[in-house]
Amino acid sequence: MSRHNLTRRGVIKTGAVAGAGLALPTYLSAAGHEGFTNAPTGDTVTLGFNVPQSGPYADEGADELRAFELAVEHLNGEGDGGMLQTFSSKALEGTGILGKRVEYVTGDTQTKSDAARASARSMIEKDGAVMISGGSSSGVAVAVQALCQEAGIIFMAGLTHSNDTTGKDRKANGFRHFFNSYMSGAALAPILVDQYGADRKAYHLTADYNWGYTTEEAMASSTEALGWETVNSVKTPLTQTDFSSYIAPVLNSGADVLVLNHYGGNMVNSLTNAVQFGLREAEANGKKFEIVVPLYSELMARGAGQNIAGILGSQNWDWKLENQLGARYTGTNAFVQSFGEKYGFPPSQAAHTCYVQTLLYADAVTRAGSFAPCAVVEALEGFEFDGLGNGPTTYRADDHQCFKDVVVVRGKENPENEFDLVEIVEVTPTEQVTYAPDHPQFAGGSLGSCNNGA
Amino acid sequence: MDQIIVQVLNGLDKGSAYALIALGLTLIFGTLGVVNFAHGALFMLGAFCAVVFSRILSLSHEVVDETRTDFLGNPMKIDVPYMHDIFGPELGASIIDWAVPLSILFSIPVMIGVGFAMERGLIKHFYKRPHADQILVTFGLAIVLQEIVKAFFGANPIQTPAPEAFTGSFDFGVLLGFDPLTIMYPYWRLVYFGFAALIIGAVFAFLQFTTFGMVVRAGMADRETVGLLGIDIDRRFTLMFAIAACVAGVAGVMYAPIVAPNYHMGMDFLVLSFVVVVVGGMGSLPGAVFAGFLLGVLESFASMPAIVELLPGINQIIIYLVAIIILLTRPRGLMGRKGVMEE
Amino acid sequence: MLGIKGKDLSVFILVAALALLAPFLLNPFPVDSAMAQFNAGYPDLMQRFVIFGIFAIGFNILFGLTGYLSFGHAAFLGVGSYAAIWMMKLVSLNIIPGIIMAIVFAGLFSVLVGYISLRRSGIYFSILTLAFAQMSYALAYSVLTPLTGGETGLQIKPGDNPLLSNIPEGEIGRASLFGLEMSDSSIIRLGGWEFTMNVGYYVCAVVMVLAFYMAIRIFRSPFGMMLRAVKSNQQRMNYTGLNSKPYTLAAFVISGMYAGLAGGLMVAMDTQVGPERMFWTASGEVVLMTILGGAGTLIGPVLGAGFIKYMENIVSKINSTVLHEWFAFLPDGMEDFLVTIFYPFVGKGWHLTLGLMFMAVVIFLPGGLVQGGQKLAAMFRRKKADDTDGDTANQKTPAE
Repeated sequence: MSRHNLTRRGVIKTGAVAGAGLALPTYLSAAGHEGFTNAPTGDTVTLGFNVPQSGPYADEGADELRAFELAVEHLNGEGDGGMLQTFSSKALEGTGILGKRVEYVTGDTQTKSDAARASARSMIEKDGAVMISGGSSSGVAVAVQALCQEAGIIFMAGLTHSNDTTGKDRKANGFRHFFNSYMSGAALAPILVDQYGADRKAYHLTADYNWGYTTEEAMASSTEALGWETVNSVKTPLTQTDFSSYIAPVLNSGADVLVLNHYGGNMVNSLTNAVQFGLREAEANGKKFEIVVPLYSELMARGAGQNIAGILGSQNWDWKLENQLGARYTGTNAFVQSFGEKYGFPPSQAAHTCYVQTLLYADAVTRAGSFAPCAVVEALEGFEFDGLGNGPTTYRADDHQCFKDVVVVRGKENPENEFDLVEIVEVTPTEQVTYAPDHPQFAGGSLGSCNNGA
Repeated sequence: MDQIIVQVLNGLDKGSAYALIALGLTLIFGTLGVVNFAHGALFMLGAFCAVVFSRILSLSHEVVDETRTDFLGNPMKIDVPYMHDIFGPELGASIIDWAVPLSILFSIPVMIGVGFAMERGLIKHFYKRPHADQILVTFGLAIVLQEIVKAFFGANPIQTPAPEAFTGSFDFGVLLGFDPLTIMYPYWRLVYFGFAALIIGAVFAFLQFTTFGMVVRAGMADRETVGLLGIDIDRRFTLMFAIAACVAGVAGVMYAPIVAPNYHMGMDFLVLSFVVVVVGGMGSLPGAVFAGFLLGVLESFASMPAIVELLPGINQIIIYLVAIIILLTRPRGLMGRKGVMEE
Repeated sequence: MLGIKGKDLSVFILVAALALLAPFLLNPFPVDSAMAQFNAGYPDLMQRFVIFGIFAIGFNILFGLTGYLSFGHAAFLGVGSYAAIWMMKLVSLNIIPGIIMAIVFAGLFSVLVGYISLRRSGIYFSILTLAFAQMSYALAYSVLTPLTGGETGLQIKPGDNPLLSNIPEGEIGRASLFGLEMSDSSIIRLGGWEFTMNVGYYVCAVVMVLAFYMAIRIFRSPFGMMLRAVKSNQQRMNYTGLNSKPYTLAAFVISGMYAGLAGGLMVAMDTQVGPERMFWTASGEVVLMTILGGAGTLIGPVLGAGFIKYMENIVSKINSTVLHEWFAFLPDGMEDFLVTIFYPFVGKGWHLTLGLMFMAVVIFLPGGLVQGGQKLAAMFRRKKADDTDGDTANQKTPAE
């Protein structure tokens, strides 16, 4: 922030107070002393966890909230410490953040950008939150990220997969650990070609909003680069529940693969419909018809039930990673252990990313020695770490996106219980999903400069 | 051509759901004069009857399998349904498999009970209140009902599959002389369509051919006069409400395999079903049914890729567009009687 | 005074006083107390109170006076918002042009929708307005993405450089009023209390007081009488040779402009627009606010708006940790018991509480919160009256 702005504000503040003519109010602004919004003054620091608690993503939000609670516990030195032991940075000692005990407030995004911003603003203005995290959709992430940039707060995005969050809508105060549409495409395409052959014709059904567009673009361009052909792509309204009208034409379109760029309830319904219409058993162009779901989540898999069996997709993380693929993904078991002990079931990838984001924030503050957003941004930019379940990871300075391996998964044919619905097919190494910061799919944005607020 | 036939089928299928909900709404509006915003919630409750009943059928006890371990390294617990114990694994499994059709039997008493309780406990106090109050109170009730369901079942959709025998598709095209595999249509959707036709037929027959139905129809036309004739119309109206709730409920049960039930599915249908009722003509039962199928078919056609390419966004607004045109050119709706609710 | 008198004047003064003193009235609990959770005196919520108050006041001019129940008013709010954000992106960061354009565009759109929808009345009118609003929502969400930003909506971006504003390179523009930034606040601390005086809030509050004043004038004008006549018996009005159409259309457009004003202010306070503010539930919300507060009354809609926004923002933030803190003074078993009882109604269960409140208010207070207040007042008055009656009776007895 420029000095000009600060001084002007100072003038206004004194002016307002003098104008109000109140009898000697003790006018104190923590901001005035520390130079950034909501500088923690006492022996506690407040974090804001803004997750969907009503609406279709409420279950995902509930899982995120569990992870946040666990992270706060571990930061405060309670519980078994979880990933603090495996985290490559050893700055955190379980004594809160910079010696301040971590407290948190929660809010409901309702998966609407208006409500999410209202909730985030109340955390900033009323509760004095110094960091906001959470969320389960890209529209909300972009909206809250912009708000945090404006207010001078750090935003550690939760589950948001659209390219835009760290692409054209990227902000200096915002950070994303979760992977994105481009990475899904880049990770999936080679495996799709490997499994289904290079001579395939794909039909895309795409949710008619920004996340859908970027995912379709990513999937189409990376599969086309390997020889696939995109026969058609059709946008479906977000509010659609019965996809029969969109599914019915697929089989006679000459396509032999259906890509469902849908998430949450949309995906559960479209996949269920596709299976009902017999696409799983069908043959086209002399090949077995296949369905692909670029972004997978455990909750969606549970919602889709039997229909998900055998369907390929990508994930940010899976709780079986360390057991199946070894010590590269260390941290996974530590997290699963403490989450499972506390709640009785394994965590979802949404929970994982939220837990990790909280730890990363706390670690950055500790390494920077300050809660000031600009100091945190500096500590996180280009930060390389390991031991948080994804293998070696980098927070790239150019766009505040984490680069790490992407997990390619498939729905299990015979799941043993409701938490074991997916199997890991392969892990795509970081190099293969890395792109240039000015890649066309991410063009048009700039980070701007970090904002400490006032 | 084959695509058009498929879309007609899709439309009839969607229309079945619209028609069943609109039918119940019209019964309630026509008899009781109440605008019931909780009707979508009744549909949702019906779908959850299927969920609950299949859960009851698959109630199980845990058997510890020492040979395997779960994700925390403890011995694996395996659930064995009681049905398997009672009827043996094979018959037990097929009973569980048939949970959705069986839950119709379960849902009828439940929905009649819910309808009865709703009418006696709440709605009857609102007969003389303005429509706005009715909307508000039933809307509040709808929120309460869906939040209760959410508290028990979560927000995630719950897959409630149709019986094994009905999975897969029927080669409809062969019947019409097309090449095999051109028009494939899922069995369960055909069942749904047939079922809807059956229910609609039953409701009409009931109103048309029974004394009770006759009185109710008379009451719909002129409540006061029927009351003056010494007929306890109120009691019959309570029963009508219960029947309407029941129609919405069984529509929900059978819909569960088509779209996995979730707690807000009622709200998704609510606005649409009101549009259907108004397009059909307030208070007209055949109108509600006809408009339901009509809008279902139009919506399906508007979603065809070729049409969407021609007129982007048409698939999202078609129903409202049709509603506007019809209301402006034929204010009483397609089949509304002249003079009824025209102003 | 100001052309209003008697009871209206006192209601107006009450509203003005409430609006100006809100930062104090809404923060009754010290910051560090357990009850601070219930404080609503922070800028965002106070702004929402008055903005939705304006929206509801406008809606009430249509619904409360003419009885026409529109289910699509959120569309006008949305159109206003989009107009305002484009003004800020392109012309000036000063909020005045944005708000003016918001009113103008919402007004134009409401002329179109009103002209068509008002050809019908009753439930048909409601469905027509609903259909228009849902179409606007669907189009804003998808096909009109270049204009509306689709799901993500529109924000002021670093590259936006409005014609009349000078933004330093690399900075993101902020909404302002002649140099006063909307987000500027000063905090006054008195003992354990903290009061936030926010520029944006006071801008909204002044606008709301003006809007409320306008509403009173409309309610009491001959035009307002005419609208009431439409509600009580439109047919009779038509028979006397009066054409009611221009009056209802005027009322519709005025309320649409109020919605546009609210939309413009929303953008001025928080520079972001998304299509979901046009969804039918948003239209339903303003209906609920108006009825909940008391349709047709002057102050009712404002109360209703405050009530619903309070529930949404305060109750939804109470989580189990907060509950445990509240009941921490109780013995363990008791504490857990109370937390278990309250938990389903707060935090993620706030919708449940909202639904129950709707039902309770409609069942027990058909006239909304205003009627509740009147009943309460009457109860006190009757008590007093009873007392005096008793006194006179006592006095009488000896005389006989």
